[in-house]
Amino acid sequence: MAEPKVKYDRQLRIWGDQGQAALEKASICLLNCGPTGSETLKNLVLGGIGSITIVDGTKIEEGDLGNNFMVDESSIGQSKAKCVCAFLQELNDAVKAKFIEEYPEALIETRPSFFSQFTLVVATQLVEEWIVKLDKICRNANVILVVARSYGLTGLVRISLKEHTVIESKPDHFLDDLRLNNPWPELRRFAETIDLNAPDPVAHKHTPYVVILVKMAEEWAKSHGGSLPSSREEKKAFKDLLKAKMIAMDEDNYKEAIEASFKVFAPRGISSDLKQIVNDSCAEVDSNSSDFWILVAALKEFIVNEGGGEAPMEGSIPDMTSSTEHYVNLQNIYQAKAEADFKIIEERARNILKKIGRDPNSISKTTVKSFCKNARKLRVCRYRSLEDEFNSPIVPELQKYLTDEDFSVAVGFYLLLRAVDRFAANYNSFPGQFDGGIDEDISRLKTTAVGLLSDLGCNGLTLSEDLINEMCRFGAAELHVVAAFTGGIASQEVIKLITRQFVPMSGTFVFNGIDHKSQLLSL
Amino acid sequence: MAGSVVQSSRSRDLDKLLLRPGNLIGANFEPGSQLRDDLQQYVKVLVIGAGGLGCELLKDLALSGFRNLEVIDMDRIEVTNLNRQFLFRLEDVGKPKAEVAAKRVMERVSGVNILPHFCRIEDKEIEFYNDFHIIALGLDSIEARSYINSVACSFLEYDSDDNPLEETIKPMVDGGTEGFKGHARVILPGVTPCFECTIWLFPPQVKFPLCTLAETPRTAAHCIEYAHLIKWDEVHSGKSFDPDDSEHMKWVYSEALKRAELFGIPGVTYSLTQGVVKNIIPAIASTNAIISAACALETLKIVSGCSKTLSNYLTYNGAEGLHTKVTEFVKDKDCLVCGPGVLIELDSSITLQKFIDLLEDHPKLLLSKASVTHRGKNLYMQAPPVLEEMTRSNLGVPLFDLMGKVLKDVVHVTGVASKNDKKTSCLRKLRVAFKGVDGVTDMDTASGA
Ligand SMILES: [Zn+2]
Repeated sequence: MAEPKVKYDRQLRIWGDQGQAALEKASICLLNCGPTGSETLKNLVLGGIGSITIVDGTKIEEGDLGNNFMVDESSIGQSKAKCVCAFLQELNDAVKAKFIEEYPEALIETRPSFFSQFTLVVATQLVEEWIVKLDKICRNANVILVVARSYGLTGLVRISLKEHTVIESKPDHFLDDLRLNNPWPELRRFAETIDLNAPDPVAHKHTPYVVILVKMAEEWAKSHGGSLPSSREEKKAFKDLLKAKMIAMDEDNYKEAIEASFKVFAPRGISSDLKQIVNDSCAEVDSNSSDFWILVAALKEFIVNEGGGEAPMEGSIPDMTSSTEHYVNLQNIYQAKAEADFKIIEERARNILKKIGRDPNSISKTTVKSFCKNARKLRVCRYRSLEDEFNSPIVPELQKYLTDEDFSVAVGFYLLLRAVDRFAANYNSFPGQFDGGIDEDISRLKTTAVGLLSDLGCNGLTLSEDLINEMCRFGAAELHVVAAFTGGIASQEVIKLITRQFVPMSGTFVFNGIDHKSQLLSL
Repeated sequence: MAGSVVQSSRSRDLDKLLLRPGNLIGANFEPGSQLRDDLQQYVKVLVIGAGGLGCELLKDLALSGFRNLEVIDMDRIEVTNLNRQFLFRLEDVGKPKAEVAAKRVMERVSGVNILPHFCRIEDKEIEFYNDFHIIALGLDSIEARSYINSVACSFLEYDSDDNPLEETIKPMVDGGTEGFKGHARVILPGVTPCFECTIWLFPPQVKFPLCTLAETPRTAAHCIEYAHLIKWDEVHSGKSFDPDDSEHMKWVYSEALKRAELFGIPGVTYSLTQGVVKNIIPAIASTNAIISAACALETLKIVSGCSKTLSNYLTYNGAEGLHTKVTEFVKDKDCLVCGPGVLIELDSSITLQKFIDLLEDHPKLLLSKASVTHRGKNLYMQAPPVLEEMTRSNLGVPLFDLMGKVLKDVVHVTGVASKNDKKTSCLRKLRVAFKGVDGVTDMDTASGA
């Protein structure tokens, strides 16, 4: 067996040991192991997911050999679940792989309690009726549901759970918080020890821009009644002051200061996204609250009190032109502030826990620390139940999508994917599933789609004939490449949900394999 | 579902797309069993790279009706590949990727033929690449993409009105990933922008200034690069650093650690040392699967016309929510690679040697060590030695004579181009026009490049 650290090196660089540990603890249930399901699991098994349980009642037929890499000629007539399970096990012996030869519909109907043992259920190629039932079961059992479907050149992926909270959202570009518009006493004192007018050119070009901006902002405030530059003219004047301080053309630190001067102009206080989270009704905590919301409650207290309207400091600073000594000192000052902020929030959190009757030490120091470090990047994702979305989609959104050129194909496919399920319920097969009678299927699908739109309260809106025709042409085909795409997306979302890192998608992802103008629909 | 009628054909699902007429389709779509059979029998696809994308591409193409595939990769399997390159097992470590990947796919998908090539892409003759209907790129380096792009574009010919000749267009699909992000694109040389037209999409990596490393280190990465780029050479006179030698890596790590301690800089770890020194790009199975699937789907659509094609660049970002975006980039009409070719006007007395020397100083080309071919015929080859010897005598002959005394024609030149102090293999198409030929004035060349 290979050293897991080496084998997983390329992904540990993304989600770290903690993310990997979460994956290795997770147990996943897959419903239906056609190519969409098989490909989803393949990506998870390679990454070292804890355990998988495959539920599929079908036997392998010739047609399956053309779209599923995980079945082969020698297994025709055998259980598909068994065969796919054996292949996946071969990919990674650290994963516990099981299969159950049964139709998912039968399990949903007769043994709803079956699903509560899993961290997450991936349901593939199920029709609407069963998805809705399964969603109810999973929501009641607090099991995450990921739905994936591949259908001709279209498909969809949808996440369903009540709430998913993220501490480590790891955004790509996120403005650092250097508090240049509101420096605390230690930072100000450090800046005072450095003279911007020092004649030594080497010292001058190695003064970090943080110090330059803190000092210059203070100087500005002194001569402007305590306020910082706010109008366009003032901002320009401030930048000109910075430029005037340069004593040579190659002073990168001053160039960085001019570029970063907007951090001085930025309004104080927390972002509107964070405001929304601390003002969420869940931040009024009780004994049923999750650790996340208890920490939000502590954060809220901190912002109002010690924070003076600001979130806790993160403790790291970006690289900038500087002497080593100044940079290391500066880093220590930011770190000390972050440590102090963390101590306060930790104490507040422990007090809240005591108040609601929980063990004050039930949230680990590491968790509180990570929470503080990421406080400005917290994310809360909530998902409508599938029944709600199906029965009462947000009609204005639907209408907007239908008339928006960028969205019309994606929303058309979304509606047609629902229409083909209705069609199948009425006629016992999908439109165009079998050769012959396509013309009749086209007109039937058209009628079904009109009925669906009218049930949703979208009378008068129509779907393009071309799309309806294409949908019948697709005939419920599960093409391997489309399955690999939707399965890839599904596995990506599963990883984010389980590691609780990064931000999972919102709404329904509709794949458009015609020109790749896929869309996320919020309905 | 239970109760449905069994359809027994292996191409059950693909047939719906290939055999049935459609409404949203490509221009050349002719549905029918003939199309399916042609895909199987005649169409040849080359997959470049048998890594994260390449493994997926081979599987995807084999399950999309293609039966004649070839794959080229110079690498051997490593343990760190196993979290995503699903065709490889632990016992395959050390074996050539192309060979194992080809074998595994052929074992599982019967009827598929995959010919592996365990070599560098530059080792193949240019004509090797002309044998394929389409080339799928699963690469992680800009240089390799650039090279294959120049090869594919070299097959492109223009008519007298500077319109590309359709039968000379060698389509490419290209994928790339990094962590949760990726791109898939379609390149139809002469029609959509080639890799070089949009080279700005791949900005060169920013390097730390040496004075920062030597004098004012601030981050762990600075300490590591100091040990790697400065200290190594100071201590190991003449011995070059090998990133794949773990003793070398450990030495850099311990030196970096010493330096970090000296300056009070936190964060130097062995893993970070490897990451910085080898410029490791994080990679996961799911992103590779998504991007490869998009590339394979486009391959199928370009070849069969069964649907519209991506026009022309898809970006995917799954880190913060899920974002996909299609951008229609435009061709650079002055592109040196996919355009009609750089026009070079020569006196008919210029020898081949003189011509090769000229290329080195040509401001648009800066091409050294040039080998020259004309209409598939080698005029001069730098390597291998046998060919060099055979073609050496041409150096003293006027190019005009070697090209059959035509006034204007295309030659292909391979060599080393220098760009921003970096040397890369490349292939350029040149339009050579001769002047000073008795009794002939060529109006055509007056119009310029
Ligand atoms: Zn170009």
